[in-house]
Amino acid sequence: MGLSVDVHKDLGAFRLDVSFETESGQLTGLLGASGCGKSMTLRCIAGIERPDRGRIVLDGRVLFDSEAHIDLPPQQRRVGYLFQSYALFPNMTVEQNIAVGVREKKARRETVERLVRTLYLEGQEKKYPRQLSGGQQQRVALARILASVPEALLLDEPFSALDSYLKWQVELELSDLLSSFPGPVLFVTHNRDEVQRLCQQVCVLDNGRSQAVLPVQQLFQAPRTLSACLLSGCKNISRARAAGDGQVEALDWGVTLTPAGPLPEGLSHIGVRAHYIKPVDGPGPNRLPCTVERVVENVFSTVVMLSTPGGSQGFSRLRIELEKGRWPELADRDPLWLELPAGDLLPLTRDG
Amino acid sequence: MDWYPLFNSLRIAAISTVLIFFLGIFAAYYVARLPRLVKGVLDVVLTLPLVLPPTVVGYFLLRLLGPKRVLGMWFLEVFDLRLTMVWYAAIFASAVVAFPLMYRTARGAFESFDVTLAHAGRTLGKSDTWIFWRVMLPCCKQGIIAGTVLAFARALGEYGATAMIAGYTPGKTATISTTVYQLWRTGDDAGAMRWVLVNLAISAVVLLCVNMLEKKDARPRRQAAPVSGEVE
Repeated sequence: MGLSVDVHKDLGAFRLDVSFETESGQLTGLLGASGCGKSMTLRCIAGIERPDRGRIVLDGRVLFDSEAHIDLPPQQRRVGYLFQSYALFPNMTVEQNIAVGVREKKARRETVERLVRTLYLEGQEKKYPRQLSGGQQQRVALARILASVPEALLLDEPFSALDSYLKWQVELELSDLLSSFPGPVLFVTHNRDEVQRLCQQVCVLDNGRSQAVLPVQQLFQAPRTLSACLLSGCKNISRARAAGDGQVEALDWGVTLTPAGPLPEGLSHIGVRAHYIKPVDGPGPNRLPCTVERVVENVFSTVVMLSTPGGSQGFSRLRIELEKGRWPELADRDPLWLELPAGDLLPLTRDG
Repeated sequence: MDWYPLFNSLRIAAISTVLIFFLGIFAAYYVARLPRLVKGVLDVVLTLPLVLPPTVVGYFLLRLLGPKRVLGMWFLEVFDLRLTMVWYAAIFASAVVAFPLMYRTARGAFESFDVTLAHAGRTLGKSDTWIFWRVMLPCCKQGIIAGTVLAFARALGEYGATAMIAGYTPGKTATISTTVYQLWRTGDDAGAMRWVLVNLAISAVVLLCVNMLEKKDARPRRQAAPVSGEVE
């Protein structure tokens, strides 16, 4: 039981080719840069947009099947959609907005009262959406969706319209609420931290194409593709080619490395996270001499940009992050030798 | 003073405004959903009366509704109803001339309507009809009221097409505007002045009503904001 999606749509600027499956009770993140087709995917599932071809099945119920000519209208799909702007009806009060979602007229009063309580909206019932804060508006939108008893939830960048100081609290509240939702939940975002904190699994979208669904830990510990690695926040990536014997030639860094694990088929890049790079005393395996280019002092850490034997432009640069206080003892070394630990090297392919 | 022109003008303007209200809204709603080419053509046709001289509109109406023309003849034969030179003939004139004002303001309001609200309604299981009456119209209220008032004011002031299709018969088809012209033409300057003042008074009242409507609509917003006390 769950949601299975396979949609294809020509959008002019790019093609949407998305297919993935999720299970009920799982929160799945759709992670990708802006404009890569995340929202369009949700709109296809909800029935707001029609894919050119494909098939969407929710808990064994076919919502869309281009071959069988099935295309349920949004009203019959029972898919709750939390819009980025919340889409509350401005002409209705909080309780009227929530009541819109209730499908059974008899249960209207109780359902509204129950949802007002569970979403901490007591005392706000008679107010209009414009009189509420961003977080409250989002809870009203969620209450309205839950009132319609959806079988799946689609959340479109739910935190993008909130102030950063509100985000944290709203995120905690939302994650509590979502954990009790029985159906599959899809969560669209371009923010990897939100995925890390909220989701159990993640599907990376790159320019309209979906990659394999991964458990969240895997995305951050061992991304396999270039786009997944970039989206997981890795700053140090070099073009690479296999050099035989499990060795990898990092073209941008001008060094040959030996990663711990086996190399993937079609290796194209290699990456390493800034906080795993270790300053060392001299040459050795997986080490390279670097020259300091820039030093940026953060509140709790020092970020150092270095040029490598491969040069000092773009991808040739390395970025390391050190604890505050460690930097002064290293500052006057030239060259500064760095080790990229074998176990932390990420061999990448272009696409998954 | 014979008040018939006032009564006649008001009833003509009121009836044509009711007609225009529904026709304008539905035209605006459906034209907005048509394919681009058809939309462009219809848009021109529906807006034309706004820019044509009222005499041209009057000419077309006479060609259509005159007693020896298609529609006019049919109505005369089937219902024994004359469509020209009677008081209600002026309704056609003012409705056609004022229609584009309602149509265009309503369309502008619908175009600025946030479609995600409609999408939200659909995913919540609501029909398009429900969304139209309960969300779209209330959200576009300002534009629709503005269009209605403009259409009413224009219908009240209609002269050219009305003079051609309804003419001027005292106590029968006379309206304020045709009376002003008739009195002035026959040298009754004082009489014309009286009707000019009446017309000014009505226009002022209409505009006052608009202002009051707008204030009434704005009040809950201003009052409620400080009460809400945003806690979070």
